[in-house]
Amino acid sequence: MNTTTARISASFDDAPLTLVRRRWPLGLALLLLVAFVGLPLLGNDYWLNAIVIPFLVLSLAGLGLNLLTGYTGQTSVGAAGFMAVGAFATYGLLLRVPGIPLPLALLGGGLIAAFVGLLFGIPSARIKGFYLMVTTLAAQFFLEWVFSKFAWFYNFASSGTISAPRLELFGYSLASPVGRYLLTLSCVVLLTWVAVNLVRSQVGRNWMAIRDMDTAASVVGIPVDRYKRLAFAVSSFYLGIAGALWAFAYLGTASSGSFDINRSFQILFIIIIGGMGSIAGNFIGAAFISLMPILLNHGGQWLFGGNVDAGQLQNLQKIIFGTLIIWFLIKEPEGLVRLLGDLRERLKAWPLRF
Amino acid sequence: MNLFLETLIGGLLAGTMYSLVAIGFVLIYKASGVFNFAQGSMLLFAALTFVSLHEQGVPFALALAITLVVMVIGALLIERLVLRPLVNRSQITLFMATLGLSFIIEGLAQGLMGAQVRALDLGIDDVPLFVGEIMISQFDLIAAGICAVLVAVLALLFNKTRIGIALRAVADDTRAALSVGINLNRIWQIVWAVAGMVGLVAGLLWGARQGVQFSLSLVVLKALPVLIIGGFTSIGGAIVGGLIVGAAENLAEAYIGPLIGGGITPWFAYFLALIFLYIRPAGLFGDRAIERV
Repeated sequence: MNTTTARISASFDDAPLTLVRRRWPLGLALLLLVAFVGLPLLGNDYWLNAIVIPFLVLSLAGLGLNLLTGYTGQTSVGAAGFMAVGAFATYGLLLRVPGIPLPLALLGGGLIAAFVGLLFGIPSARIKGFYLMVTTLAAQFFLEWVFSKFAWFYNFASSGTISAPRLELFGYSLASPVGRYLLTLSCVVLLTWVAVNLVRSQVGRNWMAIRDMDTAASVVGIPVDRYKRLAFAVSSFYLGIAGALWAFAYLGTASSGSFDINRSFQILFIIIIGGMGSIAGNFIGAAFISLMPILLNHGGQWLFGGNVDAGQLQNLQKIIFGTLIIWFLIKEPEGLVRLLGDLRERLKAWPLRF
Repeated sequence: MNLFLETLIGGLLAGTMYSLVAIGFVLIYKASGVFNFAQGSMLLFAALTFVSLHEQGVPFALALAITLVVMVIGALLIERLVLRPLVNRSQITLFMATLGLSFIIEGLAQGLMGAQVRALDLGIDDVPLFVGEIMISQFDLIAAGICAVLVAVLALLFNKTRIGIALRAVADDTRAALSVGINLNRIWQIVWAVAGMVGLVAGLLWGARQGVQFSLSLVVLKALPVLIIGGFTSIGGAIVGGLIVGAAENLAEAYIGPLIGGGITPWFAYFLALIFLYIRPAGLFGDRAIERV
């Protein structure tokens, strides 16, 4: 009797330790070292500009949407609309508040996006499922319209675009590819760290309870409506910052058309392919989404010897893309992150099968 | 007053076109619980196939028949390759699968038949008719007539035939339908085929109006507010919703639009839908969900 209880309590005591041990401090530190020091030294400007920066920004956007859709279960197809809010708000702050430092402007842009997200999250108290999804489409179209219709948002530029204002921090210019890369990376690392802790906290647990069954969650005393709205706000905060980075660190010049519905779908695909309700999944999904077109492009050029019509290649790309999505949904509904996890488990036991 | 009536009637007639797209959604949603985002690309595919055949000199009726056959084959393939492996998955998963499906169909349609704008002439003259002093587009009137015929045919199919009764049984309670020996896969094939046919009619009418091109697949976004207002599970709701959206959109563009800068059609319908949702979260005619723990 005594030994049994002792063993049980011992296994309970061990549990948090195994959780901590799985976090790989060394591997993570190495990864960060490579990302912060190695890549800027080794990577060339083209790679940073065209592949690494968009990959990081898309990961961040995926993270934002994943908090709402993957963790709280509220499907949204308006992600790009909130990204637009972040971009235009950051632009407005940098333009109209004299001497505002860049991090503060980014934060402000994120907060404004969070507020807009909160407004569009209010219907979630009464509306569920597909009906709610359509209300996020309303947000997408409305926000897109606002940012192309009212010239004040883009400072009355005749082209209707906003372009990167002074990107500098403590007097250092961040306009070079490496500077923009480091800016993006810092934001992504910081916000990912916050998200990892957030979803492990009471807030994250409440979100997941709501996702799994909101009626049951309200029965056990979780203030469902408030947490749904909170999810909308936090998600939009992340998306807002991602939008600002997309506009200024990646594109340089953006308009409301840079945040159209196809961008929303792209971000939705990132979290489907990467893995719903997973932090690492966003990065894997974003890597997949940003590398696949490049691979297909090069593959197509190589296969057809360069004389292939670009339009046809794009159609082919669409078909492959759609097929992959359906294939993923059929074979691995939990996304690439699960696939990789299974692979790791199998490698651990190799050469044994189990 | 004349302007008001003219705007209203024009809107109502345009609304029947929205209804037509929305009916395709409702059919599939009722029978299989799938929110079919690919409806728009099915519409594009049907219209493109028809136009391409017609351009090759295939007569009207034959082209129509071939397109119908193509849509039925497509429905069979979709059921076999997409729906059957995903049976019993969550609705959101199925929705995302149809998103992927829409990519495939769009890529196929444009890859096989080109991306340029095609003119489609159905032989309906678009001359304005005058009733009293109110101008009505003849094309819209005929389109509305076609919608009415289609709805009547669908109503007959649903209420009078053996297949229709089986469809309604599946929509009502899938498990009970299975237990009395209704072949669910067959029902899905039929429903997707019928939705493809509705998509063909809608695609031809929309295509004749704005040219057959990629943007045709975006009418799906027009149909969503219609669906919300009418409810996902009611064909009657889709019609009423379409009329409401069409009329309200036209009136808003004419009377509210100038006040706030115009171009409000892309999102006005969605806001209208939001207001309706606040009052009735499952649409005007939708089934109200009962939740249990």
